[in-house]
Amino acid sequence: MKVVLENLTKKFPSKNKKEHSEVVAVNNFSFEIPDGKLVGLLGPSGCGKSTALNLISGLLKPTSGKIFFGDDDVTTIPPENRGVGLVFQSYALYPHLTVRQNIIFPLENLKGKNKLSKEEMNKKALEIAKLVQIDKLMDRKPSELSGGQQQRVAIARALVKIPKVLLLDEPLSNLDARLRLQTREEIRRIQKETGITTVFVTHDQEEAMSISDLIIVMKDGVIQQIGEPQSVYDNPVNLFVAQFLGTPQITVFSGEIKNGGLYIGEDKVLSIITDYSGPVKVGVRPEGYIPAADGALSCNLCRIEVMGRDISVVSSNPLAESEIIRSIISSDNKIDTSSATVRFNLKPSKVHLFRPDNGERIDFSLN
Amino acid sequence: MDKQNNKAWLYLIPALIFIGVFMVYPLVDVLIYSFEEGYNSASQTYNGVGGYNYSFVLRDPYFLQAVKNTFILVIITVPLSTGIALLISVGLSSIKPLRNLFQTVYFLPYVTNTLAVGLVFMILFKKTPYSDGLVNLLINWFGGSSVDFIDGPYAAKMFVLCFYTIWVVMPFKILILTSALASVNRDYYNAAKVDGTSPFRIFRRITLPMISPMLFYLIITGFIGAFKAYSDAVALFGTDLNAAGMNTIVGYIYDMLYGNSGGYPSYASAAAIILFIIVLTITCINLIVRRRFVHTK
Amino acid sequence: MTNLSNYEKTEKKVSVRKKFFNVIVYTLLSIWGLMVLFPFYWMILSSVKSYSAYSSEFVPKFFTLSPTLENFFDAFTAVPLADYFVNTLIFTVLTTAVMLAVIIPAAFAFARLNFKGKNLLFTLILALMMIPNELVIITNFTTITNLDMRNTFSGLIFPSVMSVFYIYLLRENFAQIPDDLYYAAKVDGTSDFKYMMKVMVPICRPTIITVTILKVIECWNSYVWPRLITDDQNYFLVSNGIQEIRENGFGRENIPAMMAAVVVISIPLIVLFLIFRKKIMEGVARGGTKG
Repeated sequence: MKVVLENLTKKFPSKNKKEHSEVVAVNNFSFEIPDGKLVGLLGPSGCGKSTALNLISGLLKPTSGKIFFGDDDVTTIPPENRGVGLVFQSYALYPHLTVRQNIIFPLENLKGKNKLSKEEMNKKALEIAKLVQIDKLMDRKPSELSGGQQQRVAIARALVKIPKVLLLDEPLSNLDARLRLQTREEIRRIQKETGITTVFVTHDQEEAMSISDLIIVMKDGVIQQIGEPQSVYDNPVNLFVAQFLGTPQITVFSGEIKNGGLYIGEDKVLSIITDYSGPVKVGVRPEGYIPAADGALSCNLCRIEVMGRDISVVSSNPLAESEIIRSIISSDNKIDTSSATVRFNLKPSKVHLFRPDNGERIDFSLN
Repeated sequence: MDKQNNKAWLYLIPALIFIGVFMVYPLVDVLIYSFEEGYNSASQTYNGVGGYNYSFVLRDPYFLQAVKNTFILVIITVPLSTGIALLISVGLSSIKPLRNLFQTVYFLPYVTNTLAVGLVFMILFKKTPYSDGLVNLLINWFGGSSVDFIDGPYAAKMFVLCFYTIWVVMPFKILILTSALASVNRDYYNAAKVDGTSPFRIFRRITLPMISPMLFYLIITGFIGAFKAYSDAVALFGTDLNAAGMNTIVGYIYDMLYGNSGGYPSYASAAAIILFIIVLTITCINLIVRRRFVHTK
Repeated sequence: MTNLSNYEKTEKKVSVRKKFFNVIVYTLLSIWGLMVLFPFYWMILSSVKSYSAYSSEFVPKFFTLSPTLENFFDAFTAVPLADYFVNTLIFTVLTTAVMLAVIIPAAFAFARLNFKGKNLLFTLILALMMIPNELVIITNFTTITNLDMRNTFSGLIFPSVMSVFYIYLLRENFAQIPDDLYYAAKVDGTSDFKYMMKVMVPICRPTIITVTILKVIECWNSYVWPRLITDDQNYFLVSNGIQEIRENGFGRENIPAMMAAVVVISIPLIVLFLIFRKKIMEGVARGGTKG
């Protein structure tokens, strides 16, 4: 089922009663989620991504705008009639019911011609439990399960009615690092097997990038960029997106475009052609540095961290916005640790230029 | 280590003295009293040791009346007050405007003097030669005839006692239940809503199990509290409860100890221990039932 | 498009049902609200009716056009209401103060200090919570009588001081303070006593206030123990006072004066409640038992 949002806006009354202002949690959202895709809704905490999810689920009503599931306008439909499955950050498993009872719970609500017999319900529950691999835990209480297992039960409960859309709110945030890796693969697998259009919310860019077909980057209730993870990473539309995606974070330098070249301080780091001239913000991905004795950019070497496959060179530059510059290079490279400075050439594809006033991206080509 | 050992006792001594003198010693003593036959409080002597005090108390018509009154009071007020409190708390949790006001008003009886407000209830219900009282006025409006609730028939007196007891215990129950309801994670309700669960089913399958520990806590404390009823009865019917036929077990204990029929600490002790055994038994039954029905984490 | 109107219909149905539900809820809540408030209203109303007006109403009136304060003068002059008041105040303040002085160090010792048999002792003390007051009051009565302390403040106060539950409540709160704070204070050379007074007590102030308020309410309304231990009017507390007024004061028929006394007695706690509403309700939810 394809999901379309049209000019969706949600305003909340301000918590401060004295001011009669409103908080715009979701501002004029328009996008289309193609059928059967896994979409990551990504942004820092408080950016309105959970609100957006609750608008799709129907738990919140939009201030304006429309939501379509396929060709049906579902904007005014209450959540129970939308056919969505929702997995909560806290899982919201009923603690007094067993795993089986939890999974069956949504089925017991069916009425009229959809009503199922006890056997049918058990059969469906078992099927779905097998899919998420918890069929051996059916008679346990949630408190007897590990975090990862609880997560699977929550997903099973959301899937058992075969929803049109599956919504996951920060599905991995309550798991430890190792389980997180495992579970996100699991979510990917389940989504692939069922083919249900899935939207999940996260503040962890790595999580979103690794399993999504499509990511939507949000900030302050406004969509910044939509696209496939790699293309968003490679072509961020603005400084915020560039900084939000990627670990280690992109380094930003104050630079200038003049005389057909990009300068960081006195160093001419690239020869480029662009309409823009004047001061710019220069973002360089950590993998964009090539150490070279005659490199264009000179930095003060702080230390070197060996990480096996790669080396992380930590240096500093007065024109960088962050105190240190972290560059990841292959361990084949040899760095002279006795030297006080290190010189790099930059890979043009890993360099992004942004306007210093509004952070928008500046396109350029190489000379 | 030793030094800290000594220091710790220094901090504990005042509390231990109070606990020892006014709680532990009396506990042992009351048991002894209850078996000392023919104790004379003036000379502090007794004739022998045995179960006579118990058999006297258990055959005393005043005590039997008190037990009957107490059991009726318990059986009526505990389920009724808990049920109404649940109803009101659910209502309170479902509204927003005026909620604070209602909560504040509902809590008022908790901070008022039971004796003092009991007097108001007495006046509302009492029939005197000068006036039939307000409640009788209402009864007359609906076509009934006046009843003296304070000095009249037993059922009428019991009704007032139950009514006042419920009025007094409601604030605590409403407070506990509203905070129990508020502490249920909203996600459970949202999850159920997305699954299309009807409000009644949400209440029965989610809300009720979630607040069941608190509900049972209220039932247990309710039983214990109601078994110890006394001041409410005094407020309504005066200190001579035996004459009014409205005595409670606790009232009987105090009357035996002091007052018109007082001076018999042995009988009082025996009655107190019987009360303790009753309360303990009921509490144990409650706990067994609780284990079967209440979800615990 | 037909779908859409269907959905709007369900929406409408839901909102109509919701409104209906709301009407029922508010009606129910208001009925109970009236039940709670009415006795208070009646008490105030009766207290401002003059004796003659009250007595002449065979059918009670719901309002009065000539309110009078004369009953309040009577309440303070015909019976020693002011004395009862002062007694209760002394009793409440002293009992609460002694209790705090006793339970704070005890809770501190259980939460912070190490000594042999700590867990056993704490368990024993907790077990005492199950013992009903009625059981120990008999011996206390004889003890106080034998010590010739009937009709004294010490006889009233000392047996009322202890509340095992509050030791437990405070200890739990004290135990939540991180150990690091204690060690930091130790390194700085702070004595245990100073640590208790300057660090633990301020941090746990909310709990201490809760305990204080609960004890004050308990003291102000206590009836059983004072009734047993005092028969001299000079030592009556308000509860006994009101019972005395009911049975012997004013003459049994002077209900307006009686109600005036009831109003006066009820006011302090109600005012206290309205000021510390949130604190009191929180406190009772955590540690109250009446019910």
